Amino acid sequence: MTISIDPQKTSNESLQPKGWLRYFSFSLDHKVIGIQYLVCGFLFYLIGGSLASAIRIELASPMSDFMPRDVYNQVLTLHGTIMIFLWIVPVVNGAFGNYLIPFYVGARDMAFPRLNAVAFWLIPPSGLMLVASYFVEGAAQAGWTAYPPLSITTPQSGQIIWILSVLLLGGSSIFGGINFIATIIKLRRPGLKLMQLPMYCWAMLGTSLLVVLSTPVLAGTLILLSFDIIANTGFFNPVLGGNVVVYQHLFWFYSHPAVYIMVLPAFGLVSEILPVHARKPLFGYTTMVFSIMGIVVLGLVVWAHHMFTSGTPPWMRLFFTIATAFIAVPTGIKFFNWVATLWGGKISINSAMLFSCGFIINFVFGGITGVALAQVPFDIHVHDTYFVVAHFHYIVYGGTVFIIFSSIYHWFPKVTGKMLNEKLGILHFIITFIGFNLCFAPQHWLGLNGMPRRVAEYDPQFQFVNQISSLGALLMAISTIPFLLNVFLSARNGKAAGDNPWNALTPEWLTSSPPPVENWEGEAPLVEEPYGYGKHFSEQK
Amino acid sequence: MTTLDSSKEIQKNNSEINETHEDFRMFGLITFLIADGMTFAGFFAAYLTYKAVNPLPDGAIYELELPIPTLNTILLLVSSATFHKAGKALLKDKNPESQKWLFFTAFLGIIFLICQLFEYFHLPFGLTDNLFASTFYALTGFHGLHVTLGTLMILIIAWQSRMNGGRITSQNMFPLEAVELYWHFVDGIWVVLFIILYLL
Amino acid sequence: MLNKNTYLILIISLVFAISFWIGFNVNLLPTEASINAPIYDELFKILFIIGLIIFIGMTIAVIYSLFRFRKRNDQIGDGIALEGNLSLEIVWTIIPSIIVLLIGLYSYNIYDRMGGMKELNHNHEMMSSNSEKIWAGISQTSDNEIAINNLSIEVSAMQFAFLFNYPKGNFISGELHVPVDQKVSMKMESKDVIHAFWVPEFRIKQDIIPGQPTILNFTPTKVGKYPIICAELCGPYHGGMRASIIVEEESDYNEWFNKNKKPEVNL
Ligand code: HEA
Ligand code: HEA
Ligand code: CUA
Ligand SMILES: [Cu+2]
Repeated sequence: MTISIDPQKTSNESLQPKGWLRYFSFSLDHKVIGIQYLVCGFLFYLIGGSLASAIRIELASPMSDFMPRDVYNQVLTLHGTIMIFLWIVPVVNGAFGNYLIPFYVGARDMAFPRLNAVAFWLIPPSGLMLVASYFVEGAAQAGWTAYPPLSITTPQSGQIIWILSVLLLGGSSIFGGINFIATIIKLRRPGLKLMQLPMYCWAMLGTSLLVVLSTPVLAGTLILLSFDIIANTGFFNPVLGGNVVVYQHLFWFYSHPAVYIMVLPAFGLVSEILPVHARKPLFGYTTMVFSIMGIVVLGLVVWAHHMFTSGTPPWMRLFFTIATAFIAVPTGIKFFNWVATLWGGKISINSAMLFSCGFIINFVFGGITGVALAQVPFDIHVHDTYFVVAHFHYIVYGGTVFIIFSSIYHWFPKVTGKMLNEKLGILHFIITFIGFNLCFAPQHWLGLNGMPRRVAEYDPQFQFVNQISSLGALLMAISTIPFLLNVFLSARNGKAAGDNPWNALTPEWLTSSPPPVENWEGEAPLVEEPYGYGKHFSEQK
Repeated sequence: MTTLDSSKEIQKNNSEINETHEDFRMFGLITFLIADGMTFAGFFAAYLTYKAVNPLPDGAIYELELPIPTLNTILLLVSSATFHKAGKALLKDKNPESQKWLFFTAFLGIIFLICQLFEYFHLPFGLTDNLFASTFYALTGFHGLHVTLGTLMILIIAWQSRMNGGRITSQNMFPLEAVELYWHFVDGIWVVLFIILYLL
Repeated sequence: MLNKNTYLILIISLVFAISFWIGFNVNLLPTEASINAPIYDELFKILFIIGLIIFIGMTIAVIYSLFRFRKRNDQIGDGIALEGNLSLEIVWTIIPSIIVLLIGLYSYNIYDRMGGMKELNHNHEMMSSNSEKIWAGISQTSDNEIAINNLSIEVSAMQFAFLFNYPKGNFISGELHVPVDQKVSMKMESKDVIHAFWVPEFRIKQDIIPGQPTILNFTPTKVGKYPIICAELCGPYHGGMRASIIVEEESDYNEWFNKNKKPEVNL
């Protein structure tokens, strides 16, 4: 059965406000929704970053002096939750996915525009609710993992709001995931084959599979947890015969795949950015596709590596060690392919390129500490210490956040029609890179030498190293200034970009900047070789 | 610009794209049901784990009575069949017949819910009595919620497939097909639930 | 003039040399105070060196490409249209697989030597039910020659303190005293939320879980006072939940034990 899409119906542009006001409306245009995701996510990043700054201020001295201890726990819980569920996940999936995927499959919008708008508009209220929970009885204070029985026994209103808000955000990402899968599989322009899609589509397909398969399990788990809190059941309450470790299994069954939900889209984005600025085809397209799917499959069966010191029997510890370490193989393939993409190119060293290369270096570091953590005997010493904190910030900040910045430098000209200032961009990169490494590299040593995570007070012998780390955090906070300055100045009076300032070949560049409402004036172009650098027009030059 | 030139070249080779495409709403629904099924899978996994590693003390074990749930299983299986009949009838433009089958399906759904409530009231354990009791109520309750939603949707589409002026016709089968798929899904979950909860 | 391959080999050996040098000369770990610690540090050293080789190698490759293949001002056009190379892909699938497999086997060996694969029985003869289920933990090699006899201790954790019950002496202490070079076997259970028992100098950690007793066995090898740190978020004072473990000579330990020992209550 076929139905015809009426352009008026899918975008109902006539009803929408014009100009910047449309970003505050219930728009159905995928590009508007993408930007809504991005800006909303960035605002939450500033909130989460301010909370991180509060953490680093508290930790600049060994005593618990900057804030009360329970407030510290609320701050770190909110920091983790906001950064993951309101910044990384909505931005790498929602923002870039919505903006780019319809272009890449040659469509005029997402498969379900209305569902798409609903998915976005779930985010601001649940985020605000989460932040506001601080003013009720105190926010949730059991960490972003909300392990029972602690989460059952701490003040309840904060924890309930936390659960509700994570449920809504989970629902939002499931709706998003369904939409991406349907768009990529079903809405492809006639004639466009799966293996001709830009790599970001594959990354989003893999990510959305993970979202659809694992997020509902988190939802179920949190529903059970809320029963424990409200209705006094005993699923995870040992006093009533419950089993606390079952919660951990269910939680990590979602939350390990969640780390790939946070990083696979970034892998996709970097695969778009590198070929353009290196002027070379993406190296090893087919293996890249297979490695994404390999990560998806393996990612579903490694969750217990977060529980090596919990109530897990020895055989389980060992199985999950091997499974986890093997994720290094498909991930490694991707990294080697990116380096091979750079090799022999004609690389423009600009902000987008620098952030992408920073990503490669930081991620390899974080990935290697990850493989070390996967070894049970190694993890037994460093589990729940700053070594783990350092590991995942190397990946989520040094990896994903670097790629978010890189993507902003890359696609800003498309979205606004203006170029970003390169000098400010490179300044931004330098401060971020130095600040980031200064902040998180020393934390490895802290963890190895005996500083546990989630503490407001620590052994005075660690003070000096903690202060270095806090200094790094300060630099990171400062680094947002050139970035914001750059965005605001360039959006107002930046250099005009033209339609395709990078001479890129992926479909979003084959239309005007900013793109028209239905993406293309005429029909969507059929791009059979999104990475055909050096083939089509090298002879012309 | 070189790129734009080359893109125009590419465009010229393109065949006409017509602005129609396959109806992929069903595809979206299936994806959603997979997600929904994973929620149940999580519950089942929790239940089976509890059963394996947290056995109840001897005195607390209670054998569930089988008659009501067996009746319920039959009710749901029959309702799947009647729903199917409704679809067949609509396809042949026999709206009144289709509507009759739909109402019958909804009626079966309501009986199911009544039986379920009857069982709840006659069980010797309450929600918070022990781990088994809590999981039992969580699983059957979550499923019951699905049945309730399904029944409501069946009533709505039954109303909308009335002879004159109804929105659901053989030209517009999607709402009926979607609810049908959902209903089969809920039935399937019940069968699994019945086996795991009552028979194992 | 050296050719390309010679340069490559030179650079690779340099990366290896630097990594090995750092691996052997930079000590990032605290004192080794139990028989687990040297085993752990051996694993750490190997992982550190392999990690350094991969990290330095990748970093050099990225930075070198940025310099060597950067677009000069007078250059136009694209790079070479190279889309892939099957044999390269195979190489960098197989080599990491082998490395990962070897690391896995090696850490299995380490884990086994730490006693991780031993059955989780506890020989707390004195305690209520010997058949009680032990959910997790680390046992220790039974053929450990140093361990002459076991010292059994029951640990209970609560917000925000550890209590150590010495069943043989019939007393409870807030400090953990153990004799050096003797195998200690602890059965741990929590009274409220999840805590964790961690002694960085011993390189051991195990969660203490309400409703699920765990065990942790270790043999201290160095006299001294070390911190016991709670490593699982357990509430506002989690950061303050610490105790000390005092490893002493057997005679000192016996003196302390006898001072605290309470007479058996006879009914
Ligand atoms: C985007 C997020 C992200 C990503 C991608 C990863 C990726 C990986 N993570 Fe990480 N991790 C987190 C986010 C992430 N992690 C978070 C948030 C936590 C803490 C949660 C909490 O407790 O709060 C955590 C915790 C965590 C733990 C638990 C630690 C503990 O609590 O004790 C472990 C243990 O196995 C682990 C392992 C890994 C591994 C093996 C990978 C692998 O995927 C990495 C693979 C990549 C590489 C290895 C680099 C590139 C490869 C090569 C160059 C090839 C050659 C390499 C070799 C042969 C080794 N992670
Ligand atoms: C997913 C993404 C993510 C990101 C991007 C970050 C970013 C940062 N994180 Fe976060 N972090 C987590 C995820 C993330 N973190 C998680 C999941 C946890 C675990 C929580 C838990 O244990 O439960 C954690 C825990 C965590 C801890 C450990 C707390 C503890 O265990 O006690 C620390 C400590 O240093 C820390 C620091 C930082 C710092 C300094 C940054 C910096 O990179 C931040 C830089 C950004 C800024 C500094 C913003 C700058 C802006 C301003 C300051 C101006 C504000 C202006 C206005 C509001 C208008 N984080
Ligand atoms: Cu006890 Cu932390
Ligand atoms: Cu993980």
